Amino acid sequence: MKKALVYGDHINTDLVIAGKYTKTLDFQELAAHCMEDLDPLFSQRVRQGDVLVAGSNFGCGSSREQAPLALKYAGISAILAKSFARIFYRNAINVGLPALICDTSSIRYGDTVEVDMSAGIVTVNGTREIACQTLSPIMRNILSAGGLVPFLREKGDFVLE
Amino acid sequence: MGLTFAEKLLGRKAHQAVRAGDCVIVDVDVMMASDTTGPIAMKAFERMGGRKLKKKERTVFVLDHATPCPNERIAALHKLIREFCQEQQCVFFDQNYGVCHQVMLEEGLVHEGDLILGGDSHTCSYGAVGAFSTGVGSTELGAAMLTGKTWLMVPKTTRIELTGQLPAGVCAKDVILQIIGDLRSDGVSYESVEFAGDGFARFTAEEATTVCNMTIEMGGKNGVFIPALKDPGLIPDEDAVYERVLRYDAASMVPVVSCPHTVDNVRPVTQAGQERIDVVYLGSCTNGRLGDLAAAARILEGKKISPAVRMIVCPASNRVLLRAIERGYIQTFLAAGATINTPGCSLCVGTLGGVPGDGETVLSTTNRNFKGRMGNSKARVFLASPVTAAASALTGVLTDPREVMRQ
Repeated sequence: MKKALVYGDHINTDLVIAGKYTKTLDFQELAAHCMEDLDPLFSQRVRQGDVLVAGSNFGCGSSREQAPLALKYAGISAILAKSFARIFYRNAINVGLPALICDTSSIRYGDTVEVDMSAGIVTVNGTREIACQTLSPIMRNILSAGGLVPFLREKGDFVLE
Repeated sequence: MGLTFAEKLLGRKAHQAVRAGDCVIVDVDVMMASDTTGPIAMKAFERMGGRKLKKKERTVFVLDHATPCPNERIAALHKLIREFCQEQQCVFFDQNYGVCHQVMLEEGLVHEGDLILGGDSHTCSYGAVGAFSTGVGSTELGAAMLTGKTWLMVPKTTRIELTGQLPAGVCAKDVILQIIGDLRSDGVSYESVEFAGDGFARFTAEEATTVCNMTIEMGGKNGVFIPALKDPGLIPDEDAVYERVLRYDAASMVPVVSCPHTVDNVRPVTQAGQERIDVVYLGSCTNGRLGDLAAAARILEGKKISPAVRMIVCPASNRVLLRAIERGYIQTFLAAGATINTPGCSLCVGTLGGVPGDGETVLSTTNRNFKGRMGNSKARVFLASPVTAAASALTGVLTDPREVMRQ
């Protein structure tokens, strides 16, 4: 079961992964310190496939791609938020971590969450459906390729549609 | 209907007329990475099949976030970057230069009309010279290194006009903090910001950099200093379409601080309470330039800082440090009881350079006061101008610089 780990508004990337941990290419090491200053028990609570749920402006601040990488390697399968800060939003899609904009206000900590990427629908506790904002065509293509690296390896160049 | 700066510049880079909301592929002129973002960008470039950089003369790596290197893990990353730059023959600045944005400006690597991607969110600083510059993540940067291009949405624009002259003791930093306090951290999310008006036209190039640097703290994609534009083809049209236009009166501005733990938690210094200060940090890509050091040195000249305060001065670059030595500012700081750090990001990102203890309070001229930002989540960080920082170093409490300047 994918459960919702719910946090608030304006969560910055320093809180997702502190600057002192960012200088590494070992992404499991990032995962070990993910969300540490916000929720010291995060790395114990999170299970593979869990969904991170937040309010407005998730991922504001630093451009560090280590933030979505930390979440991804910690086991997070998707992030739902009312809105995302611009750089984080692109970074998440670029590393193949779905970041979806929807009204998250009714989702509670521990709710089960199923994300249907193709339909753009989030189902909470098996019954309640929440519609997500559609991604731009290029973002959808980057995400379905598994991120910007496989996208460019496949296409060789940027293509919008 | 007329065009904004963003629409004009991005139209050039997309080789077609563009309007806010269009999704386009654009040429990238300059790419920059630091020691935090460089290694992942290099790996992404290689995993994409990259062998040779598309524009090696305009691909820049700067070691600045953890310099001089504090441990063997980071030493390995620094070595990786040095080897990559050697192999690719791209532009490289080792630890003897300074904070990447200051280095890019000083070395003349960014120009009016350029489209610049930087693996650092404060890349928006180069709007001070009329560039369209924005922060990106490492993989995005690796893709630009491979293709010389990126894709983006042409942003809507907010225009902010400042009229008149700032009172004594009020700095460019106070102006941008006030604006961020009003607009909040997501006030101009995804938007371009034009800074215009005769008030901003009075700012020095350094002050313009301070203002553009902090555009990201209200969610902006880029900030541009309209008085810096010389190319008539980039100056926004009078009938350009704006998302909003805000007007500020410089004469009514006062010294302000961002209180813990968000940049947009802004109050006048006089209303922020009697905060006892343990550490004062003067430096960063926001406020570590010669003018910032000069303003602080004028306040500290011939005086001693409070014995309860540890004051750290970190010039933004080696060039700034050299000139500060020539002008006697460093002597003033040392005589006042301050410590001088090696030019670089230093304490701003909490990797090294004077990390505060539990429960301590830092007054800093940097750009972020997020919990844990300076390496300790149990410390509190206030953000202010260089003169507020210097005045507070003297008294040991958060102090309105106008009080000290009157004495």
